[in-house]
Amino acid sequence: MRPFEYARARDADDAVAQFRAGAMYLGGGTNLVDLMRLGVAEPDYLVDVSRLGGDRIEPSGDGLLIGAAVRNSDLAAHPVVRERYPMLVRAVLAGASGQVRNMATVGGNLLQRTRCPYFQDVSKPCNKRQPGSGCPAVAGDHRNLAILGHSAGLNAAAQCVATHPSDMAVALAALDAQVRVTGPDGSRVVLMPGLHRLPGDEPDRDTVLRPGDLITAVELPPPPPGRSTYRKVRERASFAFALVSLAAALDVAGDGTVRGCRLALGGVAHLPWRAARAERALTGAAATADEFTRAADAELAEAQPGWPPRRSPSMPRT
Amino acid sequence: MGDITVRVNGTQHSLDVDSRMSLLDLLRERLGLTGTKKGCDHGQCGACTVLIDGRRAVSCLALAVAHDGTDVTTVEGLAGDGELHPLQAAFIERDAFQCGYCTPGQLCSAAGMLGEAGPSAVTEDLADDPALTAAEIRERMSGNLCRCGAYVNIVAAIGDVAAAGGAGAPEDTGAAAGSGAAW
Repeated sequence: MRPFEYARARDADDAVAQFRAGAMYLGGGTNLVDLMRLGVAEPDYLVDVSRLGGDRIEPSGDGLLIGAAVRNSDLAAHPVVRERYPMLVRAVLAGASGQVRNMATVGGNLLQRTRCPYFQDVSKPCNKRQPGSGCPAVAGDHRNLAILGHSAGLNAAAQCVATHPSDMAVALAALDAQVRVTGPDGSRVVLMPGLHRLPGDEPDRDTVLRPGDLITAVELPPPPPGRSTYRKVRERASFAFALVSLAAALDVAGDGTVRGCRLALGGVAHLPWRAARAERALTGAAATADEFTRAADAELAEAQPGWPPRRSPSMPRT
Repeated sequence: MGDITVRVNGTQHSLDVDSRMSLLDLLRERLGLTGTKKGCDHGQCGACTVLIDGRRAVSCLALAVAHDGTDVTTVEGLAGDGELHPLQAAFIERDAFQCGYCTPGQLCSAAGMLGEAGPSAVTEDLADDPALTAAEIRERMSGNLCRCGAYVNIVAAIGDVAAAGGAGAPEDTGAAAGSGAAW
């Protein structure tokens, strides 16, 4: 690990003031410390923002304000979150392990990096880690990487099929969460899923944040009507990243039609993927398995698993 | 470099540490507490699990310099007054290990887990603080790998302590272990 200086910030303004080129903010460290050990991240200055006092969950209008330093386990165990935002609780509990959730912060969860094996291996090219070096994942091990919105079709220097690994962010995207940011240019609010971006020709940029920007809180509007949950498919029963996941909220009228819905997919794109096509297809339709399938097909019509694109055989349905 | 003070198993230590040093390496290399094991060093195996301010955490991903002022309990601090922690007694009773390398992490993780409130990924009703069934224990302990595959007996041992109402904190060493419940 490269040597670095360490400082603990007093508050958010102090953290931003201490930020300089080559610096990074340190939250729980569960991803950053690992990336530093792997040589993927090489900050020369760490500004510790894990003890800024931003560790509270409090009411905000009809919604909820979650401090950026709230630990994932405390978010999932909070009685109000459990009662009003079951989708979010399910998403947080679907991620990582008990130990890691005890350490990981809400802000850090949003800013964790892809688990693409090539990104994490400094002996391999990677356009995200080293812009312009290429993307071995496009033709390599990408079974759990992006099928939507990726840049495999661009030139070799821009290709990227990385996925955003967070489960929590998928639920926040479906919940229209607002991310509060403080930075060198002042404070602003970023609406999920707009915090994260598609790779385009800058796959090294995961988010719209600028150097020195610090996430201070996440604000949840009132939960959508109806029922909600989070489902995750992975290669083992627990403590694994998603092959695909779904955050869903469904409001079904008395006559069995869908009055409204929120759908977001994880594990399929460079960002938590708000499934707007599926939402449109399902709204006003009957809440039946056939209509759910039609909505999923509408969303995945432009999916491109593998590159160069190939016509995939229709998926068997069981 | 940085000066930090940590309380480990009840003893205060003031040390000058390299900013790169993990809490795991501090425990093993600086304090000689080699009970805490280094497995993957990437937060994936749980062998290095300790309690930081009473909460279980993987010490390999904890920078020592960022844990100034914390209270750490390692496997060496679980037992009190020469008596085994109920989890340690239950692991012996249930033969919950083979090579033993993951055991300190399993013990510390279980000790932290028994004190954690709220649902898990396998809990049906999120309003519940559910009973620790075998399925709940497996999910909550998924951050601790055992390459020998002693999971069946590990789950049974933890289940015994949970059924006996044994809280995980090191102070609770008086609780009886081993109810003999079938797992």
